[in-house]
Amino acid sequence: MAILVSEKSRVVVQGITGREGMVRTRLMTDYGTHVVAGVTPGKGGGEVYEIPVYDTVEEAWEKCGPIDISVIFVPAALVKNAALEAIDAGVKFLTIVPDRVPIFDVLEIVRLAKDRGAVFVGPNTLGLVSPGKAVLGMIGGRAERAREWFRPGDIGVSSRSGGMTSAISYYLTEAGLGQSTIVHVGGDAVVGLSHPEVMELFEKDEQTRLVAMFGEIGTTQEERVADLIEEGRFTKPLIAYVGGKAAKSGTRFSHAGAIVEGTRGSYNSKVQRLRDVGVHVVESISEIPKVALELRGSSGR
Amino acid sequence: MSRLYEYQGKKLLREAGIRVPEGEVVSTPEEARDVVERLGRPVVLKIQVWVTGRAGLGGIEFADSPKEAEEKARKLLGKKIKNYEVEKVLVEEKLAIRSEYFAGLIIDDAQKSPLMIFSSVGGTGIEEIAQEHPEKVAHIPIDILKGLRDYEARNLLRRTGISGKLLLKISDVLTKLYKVARQYDARSAEINPMVLTEDGEVYAADCHIAVDDYAVFRHPELGIEIAREFDRPPSELEKIAYHVEEKDHRGTFYFLQMTDEIPKEDRYIGFNGAGGGGSMMSMDAVLNSGFHLANYCDTSGNPSASKVYRAAKIILSQPNIKGYFASGSGVASQEQYHSARGLVKAFYEEKLEIPGVIRLGGNYEEKAIEILAAYLKDIPAEVEGYGRDDSPEFCARRMKELIDKNGSIPHEIRPICDSDVSVDAYGFEIFTGKIAIDHSKCVLCTSKGCVDACAPGILKLLDDKPVLAVTEEDAKKGKCTECLACEIFCQFHEQNAIDIHLPIPGLKEYRNRLIKGTSDLKSTEEEKV
Ligand code: SF4
Ligand code: SF4
Repeated sequence: MAILVSEKSRVVVQGITGREGMVRTRLMTDYGTHVVAGVTPGKGGGEVYEIPVYDTVEEAWEKCGPIDISVIFVPAALVKNAALEAIDAGVKFLTIVPDRVPIFDVLEIVRLAKDRGAVFVGPNTLGLVSPGKAVLGMIGGRAERAREWFRPGDIGVSSRSGGMTSAISYYLTEAGLGQSTIVHVGGDAVVGLSHPEVMELFEKDEQTRLVAMFGEIGTTQEERVADLIEEGRFTKPLIAYVGGKAAKSGTRFSHAGAIVEGTRGSYNSKVQRLRDVGVHVVESISEIPKVALELRGSSGR
Repeated sequence: MSRLYEYQGKKLLREAGIRVPEGEVVSTPEEARDVVERLGRPVVLKIQVWVTGRAGLGGIEFADSPKEAEEKARKLLGKKIKNYEVEKVLVEEKLAIRSEYFAGLIIDDAQKSPLMIFSSVGGTGIEEIAQEHPEKVAHIPIDILKGLRDYEARNLLRRTGISGKLLLKISDVLTKLYKVARQYDARSAEINPMVLTEDGEVYAADCHIAVDDYAVFRHPELGIEIAREFDRPPSELEKIAYHVEEKDHRGTFYFLQMTDEIPKEDRYIGFNGAGGGGSMMSMDAVLNSGFHLANYCDTSGNPSASKVYRAAKIILSQPNIKGYFASGSGVASQEQYHSARGLVKAFYEEKLEIPGVIRLGGNYEEKAIEILAAYLKDIPAEVEGYGRDDSPEFCARRMKELIDKNGSIPHEIRPICDSDVSVDAYGFEIFTGKIAIDHSKCVLCTSKGCVDACAPGILKLLDDKPVLAVTEEDAKKGKCTECLACEIFCQFHEQNAIDIHLPIPGLKEYRNRLIKGTSDLKSTEEEKV
């Protein structure tokens, strides 16, 4: 089944006529993503690789039928309006690729999405891929290479780092372990779907039997994953790596943050919390496939 | 997060209608005297630097008269606090304090909304107080579409034991604080302490506001020099790096120094990562093998060879590092040979002596490793290239072995020399520099290989000499991708006729000062002997 995207998902690309939008649309369709339309205000009526371009998302919906997903490739300053437009038009899942999106803009998108029952990955995400089915965003690069690096299977991958999303998946594939869906949740402080929300999706996904997570210092995402496990809302085996052990601690300069979060966010807090609830925390990425193999062996799969 | 100084933050608060102590920021003792003369009241003088606990560091003084203020200001200005010189002092009326509170706005990643926090105790040590007296602290999420309503603020305050008239006064401050934070895209905005004076007024006695780096472009009025997270003013080298990044949008280049000084005997590494997560993992590997990091640097997102070159030159402007370690995620999608060429040019120019371990995992990594191996044979240092199947841990161990092998020599800064291109060489401008081709040397050239080496195909032969195949304007606009392939080919296989000049404003002077600094030191030592 995979999560969030499959070959059947009907996708619109906002900003399809831009440099990045065009290149990525090509790569996505090459891989098998079902891109039904593109949107660039003012460029309606045109085509990009035989994909019709419309002025608004609403228009794309009217002319092409229901849209499941929008992938956004517009300049950071325009992201908010593009996302609100898609959500307002009824799109329920967005992939927001651009980085440097102002945080208050992200909060507004979160707010409207909540009202409309929509979710999004990003901003500042390389995207996601359900191997063998579809890719959203720019993860994997050329289709042949993406096919070589990512193989269908039963391991879910969720990562806060774009590069490491591919790296972990590549190492898993090398070890003969395929993936259900690979998600780069995005590198910003506030993201649409963060680790815990992705874990909940993996929990419900039948294809996924084990999850690998790349965490980082800062934010409370990893601690909240531990909370989920404690509450029994995530029950699948989880392997985690937390980056930033070496980073200087104590550079936090907001008292307010410390008052609310206490020591949450630090390397030790994350590792401790995850270990306490039985997560397999590894010290190096190369251990992930090893532990995954062991876990599968012991569960008799 | 781009931090504002206290006096800048207070200006924003005042404009929003929050009461702040009367006063002014000064940069000379005389100005301090004038301010007190005008105020006619006892004052407090506070240094304007980004450190916490200024009182403990001797950064706060009191004065009762203009003359005393002048003396105290003289003492504070120019003072060194944690390596930063005090350039500005805020002179303000001294408040008669009855009690202190804390108010802060942050953005909560779990609830994905702004969060207003209030504590009915404030001042220094607020974090500890909050731990000990949780009943005095309360917070509420704010609906971004509605803002903080005054009744919400009142309910928040009520939960911390505030009531009566004071409740009204403080709730007014809280709603205004949120408005300031929202208007200026603040990642955090704190008033600590918030002060109730003897005459019953509520003041923002100190404040910390940090603006979202990604929204700085909306606020030119704030005059933020570097839109980037620093917990201190940027160092000179960081500023140089930032301007490189600003001028070249191809890929990211992020440079942060981790230490002010590197003693010769310590094991510091110049670090060049690629991609946030990959860099972090690589850093962990370096630190786990017993090194310190001189700097953090991230060149990712498909940087041009020229950008990687500049990054390397900047990293190699840190004296006494023992090695150069480059490593990223391992499976980057950009073509790795661009980075390899950038490093070759830089290492060659520097005649690098300290060892380098370069992990260029990703697309075309084999070609990248080959480039390093082929062209760095002749420099004094050993430089090894690795790919995605070599773990960062393994690479960090190699770094250690190579450093031990060469006796742990410290990196020595070399002056940046202007290239000696003859003035009448053929040349054209490129996006961030200039290319000069000495056609007189091309006469001896049999291969004319620079033309083939240029993947974008912007060079052609005219009378057996390489010239631009596109207009000068197009070359400058980016048709020349600054891949450095032509120069490297010609340097190693032909007549060394090409010079690609990629200036880094300020770096030459910076290095000269460093070199002069150490020789000054040497000469004074010699004098002593
Ligand atoms: S390779 Fe060098 S020497 Fe040969 S034509 Fe090109 S620039 Fe001239
Ligand atoms: S002229 Fe061609 S080979 Fe030389 S730097 Fe420019 S693009 Fe590269």
